[in-house]
Amino acid sequence: MRKGNGMTGSADGPGAVTTGTPAAGTPLTSPAAEPSSQAYGLGASLTPVDAPAKAEGAFAYAADLWAEGLLWAAILRSPHPHARILSIDTAQAAAMPGVRAVITHQDVPGDAAHGRRVADRPAFARELVRHHGEPIAAVAADHPDTARLAAAAIVVEFEILEPLTDPEESFEAEPLHPDGNLIRHIPLRYGDPEVTGEVIVEGLYRIGRQDPAPIGAEAGLAVPRQDGGVEIYTASTDPHTDRDLAAACFGLPPEQVKVVVTGVPGALGDREDTGMQVPLGLLAMKTGCPVKLAATREESFLGHAHRHPTLLRYRHHADREGRLLKVEAQILLDGGAYADTSADALAAAVSFAAGPYVVPHAVIDGWAVRTNNPPSGHVRGEGAMQVCAAYEGQMDKLAAELGLEPVELRLRNVMATGDLLPTGQTVTCPAPVAELLRAVREAPLPALPKESPESDWLLPGGPGGAGEPGAVRRGVGYALGMVHMLGTEGADEVSTATVKVNGPVATVLCAAVETGQGFATLARQIVQETLGIEEVHVASVDTDQPPAGAGARGRHTWVSGGAVERAAKMVRTQLLQPLAAKFGMSTELLSIADGKITSYDGVLSTTVAETLEGKELWATAQCRPHPTEPLDATGQGDAFVGLAFAAVRAVVDVDIELGAIRVVEMAVAQDVGRVLNPRQLRTRIEAGVTQGIGAALSEHLRVAKGVVRRPDLTGYALPTALDAPDIRIVKLIEERDVVAPFGAKAASSIPVVVSPAAVASAVRNATGRPVIRLPIRPQAAVGQPQPQQQ
Amino acid sequence: MSTHAPHAPQAAQSAAQPVTLPGTLDEAVAALTAMPAAVPVAGGTDLMASVNAGQLRPTALVGLGRISEIRGWEYLDGHALLGAGLTLARMGRPDFAALIPALAASARAAGPPQIRNAGTLGGNIVSAAPTGDTLPVLAALEATLVVAGAGGARREMPVSHLLTGMEMLRAGEVVGYVRVPLLHAPQTFLKATGRTGPGRALASAAVVLDPARRNVRCAIGAVAPMPLRPLEAERWVASLVDWDGRRTLVPEALTAFGEYVAMACIPDPQPSEEGGEAPALPPAALHLRRTVAALARRGLGRALA
Repeated sequence: MRKGNGMTGSADGPGAVTTGTPAAGTPLTSPAAEPSSQAYGLGASLTPVDAPAKAEGAFAYAADLWAEGLLWAAILRSPHPHARILSIDTAQAAAMPGVRAVITHQDVPGDAAHGRRVADRPAFARELVRHHGEPIAAVAADHPDTARLAAAAIVVEFEILEPLTDPEESFEAEPLHPDGNLIRHIPLRYGDPEVTGEVIVEGLYRIGRQDPAPIGAEAGLAVPRQDGGVEIYTASTDPHTDRDLAAACFGLPPEQVKVVVTGVPGALGDREDTGMQVPLGLLAMKTGCPVKLAATREESFLGHAHRHPTLLRYRHHADREGRLLKVEAQILLDGGAYADTSADALAAAVSFAAGPYVVPHAVIDGWAVRTNNPPSGHVRGEGAMQVCAAYEGQMDKLAAELGLEPVELRLRNVMATGDLLPTGQTVTCPAPVAELLRAVREAPLPALPKESPESDWLLPGGPGGAGEPGAVRRGVGYALGMVHMLGTEGADEVSTATVKVNGPVATVLCAAVETGQGFATLARQIVQETLGIEEVHVASVDTDQPPAGAGARGRHTWVSGGAVERAAKMVRTQLLQPLAAKFGMSTELLSIADGKITSYDGVLSTTVAETLEGKELWATAQCRPHPTEPLDATGQGDAFVGLAFAAVRAVVDVDIELGAIRVVEMAVAQDVGRVLNPRQLRTRIEAGVTQGIGAALSEHLRVAKGVVRRPDLTGYALPTALDAPDIRIVKLIEERDVVAPFGAKAASSIPVVVSPAAVASAVRNATGRPVIRLPIRPQAAVGQPQPQQQ
Repeated sequence: MSTHAPHAPQAAQSAAQPVTLPGTLDEAVAALTAMPAAVPVAGGTDLMASVNAGQLRPTALVGLGRISEIRGWEYLDGHALLGAGLTLARMGRPDFAALIPALAASARAAGPPQIRNAGTLGGNIVSAAPTGDTLPVLAALEATLVVAGAGGARREMPVSHLLTGMEMLRAGEVVGYVRVPLLHAPQTFLKATGRTGPGRALASAAVVLDPARRNVRCAIGAVAPMPLRPLEAERWVASLVDWDGRRTLVPEALTAFGEYVAMACIPDPQPSEEGGEAPALPPAALHLRRTVAALARRGLGRALA
């Protein structure tokens, strides 16, 4: 019944491989990802070491940290999006019983500003506050409530200024920052800008402000050190960068600051907010006591970076046959008050503005600007997700204009390996875009609920909701998308790992943080594969280890995984070299499995433990992928190391009177390079699709004149189990990327990029409405008025 | 701020917050009278969230959870006397749904299971949130509150009087029971939300039929600070129903009813005093009106089906 390689299809009937939850024991039925008899090594569905502890509630997260005699910190945040600080009076707060220290910008001994790309963000607001929630002062006290009350007792006199909240006005407005309002402009010119097509479609698209909303809010503990330095225990995903930023603010050499990574409760972007780590460290050094802070949900929403709200204007030119001729686009990213990683997000948005299609001519202008809106930064698929929703909207529009099937139009334009991006870069990695799209098209559609009793239907609006079968329309939509992996534009992507073998146990030391993405499990599998040792431990992470970089854009599987593999291979050589020399054969002729070393002919057989003779073997290795170059003045350059692609087919039910939407099924075909851990890969795709559905339907942090409205999980609606659809992985294309270690591609961010566009396309199909805004509001999903009752 | 740390600091909690756990309604009233600053708490799903967020710092609490007399219900000459301490989860069960279907439906729609297990009917009434799911149903049923006061006093007031602020609870008073007429006729509760999973209502509609009085009663929740009763629309549609016959209406009548209700609840803005054009409703309000119309139409249609 199974069709071809890697196809799950309906071999076992609908629902066989579709669950809304990443249920353990529901294996992928894809042959490529079949649960092998293999218990360990690459390709096995190894279970994460911390899974039982997390399931049982015994896992210690950053918020569970404790130290004897600790103090509690609270941060005073600006209630205004834009105001001049006339005075800060901390006397009353400092005099409160139980308060041990109050700090403001005057207590920052080092650099006044910090930032991931540009040091433009003050640790505490100085003369100006530029966004709602910007830290102004911090308090340490012996009880969290005392700290909070003391923070509220700090008297700040503001002169309230008119907030700049419309990014379109940012160009002309008074500069919000000494660096000016324009963070970056990329004017990409590719081919002949004067060309025009026979068919032209135009569109305007708006993408909302998705919040990473990690399920555990930010938390940390800072402990002062005897040498005048400080140790910060927190759930950082990029400990070395966080350390360097904090040390600069403390005016200390980086060696005197240590960031220790503790249990990460979910990460979908740059996890920790330096705006919290700096006050913690300063308070610990000032009081000489450990200081702890656990952010409330509201602080978490106000403090960390969000997805860039984006305004996109597109014009697609095509010929009568539907072949794309030119893409014109203007992309405006709302960066919030500080630059952060907006320049990177913009590079991705501009480079992928045409999508995974062959486009001979492109005129794309992208801007990232400052406003007084909440800060924007790295959230999975940044830049790529926003443009995907727009160019796929354009493809639907073009298909309608030409009277073509949306899939057919896309197939006429898809790129393949060897084609060029509008940046002039050749796509050298596998790009099986057409195959992905065909896979989702050919997958059987989910059954209409007509056959089952009406009470079993899950209608839009949920069980017991207002949904009425007669008003429900089903829509099917397709989307293709692409995302880059690793840092871009010349970023030095490097990771260092150490592998140690002692007796029957191997240990991995690498500063790549396990954020739930499964790196620790992959690292174990890599060492198992290379050394044939089953028991592999992964050490905890701190900044005394060499840097491994941020956990984002799938870089750890690639860069850190590559480093672990090299180190393991070096250990293997060290282990086998003496044996090989003794028996006069090369190490390649020896193999290790289940702790036993055997020669190719089976003559030699010994154990790893025996060969070690009680010695410990260590090896450290680095992985540094081939370098990239910045985009030049016309947006040209080889800026990306690797690309990943996916196709998604969304099936939605829309109550066209209420505009209520339920996603019934998402069929995903993904370009994964190689499946290293089938179950983990499946959960990554399910998580990504669900986050994408949030971006498509409900996740938008509302802001009124720069002030965040309802920063809680009631006001900010994350998808629940009932909102998560059946997620059917119809195909995983395993075409190894030769430049990537193991040939594996990043898997987490591409479903986030493509899913919102697919949902929007399906809602268009169901309602006949244009759907140009994400998240899709109910009033945009109300179908054309048509009298129909009973 | 929460922690699972082994030794939670006790310092600032030394200023003890007395918690009283009375066993009867009169004891609860006595405790509240003795400590005027004390706050009564039942399920705590709203109150404790405010306490944890630091927005509320009650000097004392009177827990109503041990008052067994208000945790059940009984029948009393054509009425059900519902204890204010009934949990939403209990109200969602089939035996309750057979009795007062719309109230059961609203209880089932009121948030995720954790909230419904703790939240109570009385709490839903006294917190009087615009999106309180049971409120439009109680308004449509014309339920009456039985309020316990000092010295064993009991007074009754229509639930709408409390929700609209026409009458208030006096110091020391506790809502003890809710008297709901048993109508032995179909009734519906429909709720529009922003997602498939549990969420606050964007709009909700309760429609109940009262064949004895030949009434249709409808209340719209979440579009105003309190449930709205479109009385004219109710009277008009009740006059169309053949109460002795099959009690069905043609689709056009249902549609007209929905629009009548929606126009009553979300009226067009009045032209300004100086004359000129009346300002147009914003698109979001127009969508809300459309939603209310659909809910009222569907609610009545299902009740008459």
